Amino acid sequence: MNAHQQPTGSAYFISPETEKVESHTLSILVSNEPGVLARVIGLFSGRGYNIESLTVSETEHEAHLSRITIVTRGTPHVLEQIKAQLERIVPVHRVVDLTVRARDLGQERPIEREVALIKVVGQGERRAETLRLADAFHAKVVDATVEHFILEITGKSSKIDQFVAVVKPLGLVEVCRTGIAAMNRGPQGM
Amino acid sequence: MTDTDNRMTGAEIVLKALKDNGVEHIFGYPGGAVLPIYDEIFQQDDIQHILVRHEQGAGHAAEGYARSTGKVGVMLVTSGPGATNAVTPLQDALMDSVPLVCISGQVPTTLIGSDAFQECDTVGITRPCTKHNWLVKDVNELAGIIHEAFRIAQSGRPGPVVVDIPKDIQFATGTYTPRPETPVKSSYQPKVQGDLGAIQAAVELMASARRPILYTGGGVVNSGPEASRLLRELVELTNFPITSTLMGLGSYPASGKNWLGMLGMHGSYESNMAMHDCDVMVCIGARFDDRITGRVNAFSPNSRKIHIDIDPSSINKTVRVDLPIIGDVGSVLEDMVRLWRALPKKPEKAQTQEWWAQIESWRARKSFSYKNSSDVIMPQYALERLFEATKGKDTYITTEVGQHQMWAAQFFGFEQPNHWMTSGGLGTMGYGLPAALGVQVAHPEALVIDIAGDASIQMCIQEMSCAIQHNLPVKIFILNNQYMGMVRQWQQLLHGNRLSNSYTEAMPDFVKLAEAYGAVGLYCDDPKELDDKIEKMIAVDKPVIFDCRVANLANCFPMIPSGKAHNEMLLPDEATDEAVATAIDAKGRQLV
Repeated sequence: MNAHQQPTGSAYFISPETEKVESHTLSILVSNEPGVLARVIGLFSGRGYNIESLTVSETEHEAHLSRITIVTRGTPHVLEQIKAQLERIVPVHRVVDLTVRARDLGQERPIEREVALIKVVGQGERRAETLRLADAFHAKVVDATVEHFILEITGKSSKIDQFVAVVKPLGLVEVCRTGIAAMNRGPQGM
Repeated sequence: MTDTDNRMTGAEIVLKALKDNGVEHIFGYPGGAVLPIYDEIFQQDDIQHILVRHEQGAGHAAEGYARSTGKVGVMLVTSGPGATNAVTPLQDALMDSVPLVCISGQVPTTLIGSDAFQECDTVGITRPCTKHNWLVKDVNELAGIIHEAFRIAQSGRPGPVVVDIPKDIQFATGTYTPRPETPVKSSYQPKVQGDLGAIQAAVELMASARRPILYTGGGVVNSGPEASRLLRELVELTNFPITSTLMGLGSYPASGKNWLGMLGMHGSYESNMAMHDCDVMVCIGARFDDRITGRVNAFSPNSRKIHIDIDPSSINKTVRVDLPIIGDVGSVLEDMVRLWRALPKKPEKAQTQEWWAQIESWRARKSFSYKNSSDVIMPQYALERLFEATKGKDTYITTEVGQHQMWAAQFFGFEQPNHWMTSGGLGTMGYGLPAALGVQVAHPEALVIDIAGDASIQMCIQEMSCAIQHNLPVKIFILNNQYMGMVRQWQQLLHGNRLSNSYTEAMPDFVKLAEAYGAVGLYCDDPKELDDKIEKMIAVDKPVIFDCRVANLANCFPMIPSGKAHNEMLLPDEATDEAVATAIDAKGRQLV
């Protein structure tokens, strides 16, 4: 079964994967108890997995459940291991690979959204240009003085990346992003 | 029970919860942050406390106790250094799936985070080396947490857990909650029963095999004696050859006719060749560890693989399998045996005849052979004689880590599970002596022998004092070659025979050392005297250190050099100086 893989001389690690590295979004339902986030993150650092984005918040107050959304990269084999390792953590209730689930449902990707707050400082024509761009990207002004704006924008990470890039020359001072919140399309729950 | 009966201090809750979970012995070391618990221990007789001399010893003793009984081992340590010293045995238990409950003291809740005396972030430090851990912040939750700690430690894939209890919680009064009698509602619910469809498919695949092999591991031992019985029944029914990892020795008897010996880096030629050439591999409670597989991409290239494991993360971790079955080994084997019996057409004997003939030809290579000597004791000979002398006795063997450990696995035949305690995954030098103490506590009448090396034994030698104090007549059989033998062997293989720091200079006089502790010391360097001295060691009803001087430069073969495949073993008769020097290529050199 493993004969097709290239020899590496390694007795240790899985031989270099010929599989392609993919970016997947995982939803992890955990008991909201002290240390649970450290357990999840410690697993990623301890086993050398990547975290590209991490979001965590309580979602079901009565049931003491929090939902962690992690965007991670790896080959399908590594991603399968990550899911299995997460499921070993005692306070982890469920792990769903939203990217795999989306594929199973015949969809391209799960819905992924991020919120960002962006502070832009400037005067004159640059202020007007900032507002025009904000309008084009459906960003809202949530705070302003004669010197600055704070803009709130929601969307896919790529949209926020792009917005940040275009307002940069207009006096970008500060960016804060929430990380990705994600869910599969359709009526079924997690 | 009335409400007032249920009210007690945290320290009383600890003792009551331990009793309610069937604990009879705990291994520990007192200190400031656990004094209230020690005060409770003083005032009761149901639980016996074994005082060790170092917290690492407490952990390994609890491991030996657990592995030889199937029960949960319990250790008790203080905050700060007590807890950090417990880290090694916790990781050891995690890697070898040993059920362990570690109770640690912590500074009072009001001082946590203030860098108080003997404070450390115990739950933070032990998070990656436990299955789960808790910092108890409310005395009313203490009993429930301890009950849950026992449930988690021993169910599913067993492992260590830590309950960290601040001193003020030990003093505070709270309510004791009894052990839950019905299954607990929790996110942790390991799957015990295997999928019947998958087991049926496995049985059919096995029935079609022409070159089958059973590859078993510690999971069989962990599943309990019934799993070993079922395994023997399965071998009897199928007539498949069987090999085992270091951790699984004893689940199938070494005297059994289908036994191929241990597999892996220092396993037998026949077992490794059979693993490489098989067409159906049935992995039962083992995890395709790197010491087993050799080069992963050359591992058993033409076989269909069935993998039975209770831990879903073990499936496809390093080796892709064709047919995973998630469940407890005992439960799955029961179904497997039943479904095999129900097969409409069982395979003919002739189907595996050629395979067995092939295996016999590999066996004929006698890969564990060595050149004996009449002048010096060969380490292999010493173990053969030790094995002979212990036959018919209720013998438990523990080991340290190194050449002696591999020789013990090769030359000591284990007939039953739970009689072999060794540090497999972590490879902890210093494991054997405290583990032997734990075994002896659980089996006071048994013959418990720690097969040791001269370097390893010095890592936890302080536990001699514990052996004397608690009248634990363990026998320490040191294969003394005055080297860290395995380190030296690797330096010969990998580093041009430059023996950097692997010679143990200033070796203590082990006989005098034994006597200094109040034990018996024996010395032997003559093969002709060996049998008599071994008899003497066994006859003494006291701890013994046996300084067995063996050939200094003997190396452990056969061996799959790093980065090589199962069919590229270095056999003893081929291990010339030149072969040894060139056995490992540049890439293999980077591995451990």
